[in-house]
Amino acid sequence: MSTQDVAGRSEGGDLRLAGLTKRFGSFTAVDNLELTIPQGSFFALLGASGCGKTTTLRMVSGLEAPSAGKIFLGDEDVTGRRPYRRPVNTVFQNYALFPHLDIFENVAFGLRRRGVKDVKKQVESMLDLVELGHLARRKPTQLSGGQQQRIALARALINEPQVLLLDEPLGALDLKLRRQMQIELKRIQLEVGLTFVHVTHDQEEAMTMADTIAVMNQGRIEQMGSPEELYENPGTTFVANFLGQSNLIPGTIAGTSGDRVEVTAHGQKLTVLASRCRPTSGPVILGVRPEKVQIVVAEADVPEGANRLTGGVVIDASFIGVSTQYLVKLPSGEEISVFEQNTGREIQRPGTEVVVHWDPSQGFGLDGTQDIEAGADVDEESAA
Amino acid sequence: MTTTLSAPPAAPPSKGGPDRPDRRATLTPWLLLLPGLLWLVAFFLVPILTSVGASVQTGSADEGYKLTWHWGNYASAISDYLPQYGHSLLYSVLCTILCLALGYPVAYFIAFKGGRWKTLLMALVIVPSFTSFLIRTIAWKTILADNGPVTSTLRDLHVLKVTSSLGWTVGDHVLASPAAVVCGMVYNFLPFMILPLYTSLEKIDPRLHEAGSDLYCSPYTTWRRVTLPLSMPGVVGGTLLTFIPAVGDYINAQLLGNPNTGVVGQKIENLFLRQSSGYPVGSAISVVLMVGTLILVMIYIRKAGTEDLI
Repeated sequence: MSTQDVAGRSEGGDLRLAGLTKRFGSFTAVDNLELTIPQGSFFALLGASGCGKTTTLRMVSGLEAPSAGKIFLGDEDVTGRRPYRRPVNTVFQNYALFPHLDIFENVAFGLRRRGVKDVKKQVESMLDLVELGHLARRKPTQLSGGQQQRIALARALINEPQVLLLDEPLGALDLKLRRQMQIELKRIQLEVGLTFVHVTHDQEEAMTMADTIAVMNQGRIEQMGSPEELYENPGTTFVANFLGQSNLIPGTIAGTSGDRVEVTAHGQKLTVLASRCRPTSGPVILGVRPEKVQIVVAEADVPEGANRLTGGVVIDASFIGVSTQYLVKLPSGEEISVFEQNTGREIQRPGTEVVVHWDPSQGFGLDGTQDIEAGADVDEESAA
Repeated sequence: MTTTLSAPPAAPPSKGGPDRPDRRATLTPWLLLLPGLLWLVAFFLVPILTSVGASVQTGSADEGYKLTWHWGNYASAISDYLPQYGHSLLYSVLCTILCLALGYPVAYFIAFKGGRWKTLLMALVIVPSFTSFLIRTIAWKTILADNGPVTSTLRDLHVLKVTSSLGWTVGDHVLASPAAVVCGMVYNFLPFMILPLYTSLEKIDPRLHEAGSDLYCSPYTTWRRVTLPLSMPGVVGGTLLTFIPAVGDYINAQLLGNPNTGVVGQKIENLFLRQSSGYPVGSAISVVLMVGTLILVMIYIRKAGTEDLI
């Protein structure tokens, strides 16, 4: 407490959510969330709309009161503190810049309210950081979306919050600008070294920027880890489908040999690394990313030891330049999608009989009792 | 007016073919403006010129009025009615301030907390206006009657002693006093304050409140630094819509006041309707009142337009 200033800032510390719950009537938006976000990390809460990610963010900022649970900053319990007494700032989804104030005063707002001296110098250096110093006397409405976004960031950052919350900050920008801002945000985060908590439904955005991603679904965290971990070794069908695309094939575990688990699916034998297979017996869902699947015409071309599924027929082939995306229908009726990089190989036309195969070390095994479609189409819904 | 629009005059004889469309193009905006201009001339310019003209005439209703450019009407219009100008200004300023103080919270509440009841609540604000202005004002006679609950409560709380010593009420009565006049005015003009306030408050994005709160503003500071500046158009609009009619109002003073609460409007009415030679001075008072109000309003808008008032 001794090192606090007006905004209740204390010396560093992780953001910790303990049993955080929010109910709206009978609907549980956030369900008993346990989460520790290390200081200085770029953390992404990823999920479809309505998964509770924004509600979580609002509880951290203090704009929403939790129904149960606690929020700690370092060792300090900030659960009951009013938003204006928390060392946390937010970059709002639609920026919420003050229309009656110019850019300079928007950025200076937090400093002025805290009675900080030497506002001018700080605002100028912050505007330089976001490279908009020349627009200081404009009004927010005179700025483009990308510029407004950067001002919203500057307005929050200048207060040097312990945690900076970003609520879908790039959602309103077009694709090109979004890419640019993703890199910009990451640069700024590394430069200032603050904890960023970023809420988004855009998995690519989360993967580009965050050190750690927590995938949220129905008020709970499905899986948490680095972007590589989540992508390469998803823990649930929801994560496998929501984060990128996956081919999921239901099967049954037949046995184990060495570090491999053997799975029978549609009468064909497939293997998966034991370290990447969640269940140890019974039903399993075998997954593999489309870009890891190869396509050949003759079974003789399948390398030794690879997982193979024979008897497939190409039903769609879209050439998109950098790669060709195939849809292969298996005899069982299942469709496998294959992304083949453009290395100059011949493109297989629809109707061709093919064999698909992949390196067993690239697959993953998921609990076979869950919904195989979970998370498959939520991305489009929330993007719409 | 419609005939002007539907039957534009035939194109004037042209000097050359290519000239004609240009000529048309320059004429069309004027033709479109014509109905509005005619309206303004008929209902604004003519009455104003008539009053200004009448204000420098001499004569009486029986003998007829003559335009004699008698500017002395203005001398008596100003010097003979100073207390009435004072009352009009005092009551209308007070009424405007009280309307703002009462109307702002109401408009704020409806705009931000009204939710799905917004429309209904705004309708309730306007509903009393469906009754005649006169009847509503007379109703206040009952509300403020000597044996009514308001007066007896104030009497029991000894509030009337204080207000009477200040000259706002008279003895044990609320009725027939300056206080009653202001009450009636506030009641009658309140919707004119609430409507523009509500419109400008309703436009404010509630997320701006959250942004303020996120940036170290207590609820009061958020209001002071974010909501109030953004609602200034409503405040200016509301105060003007209240003040301007309030300055000229005389019904409230007539029905709820006493001989010592005379306002300019009463004098104008009196001069026009009850005195045989009152037209010129009555017109002069009208002109003075109009010009005075215009000057006050312009100063106010100037001030309100600058950042330091915000």
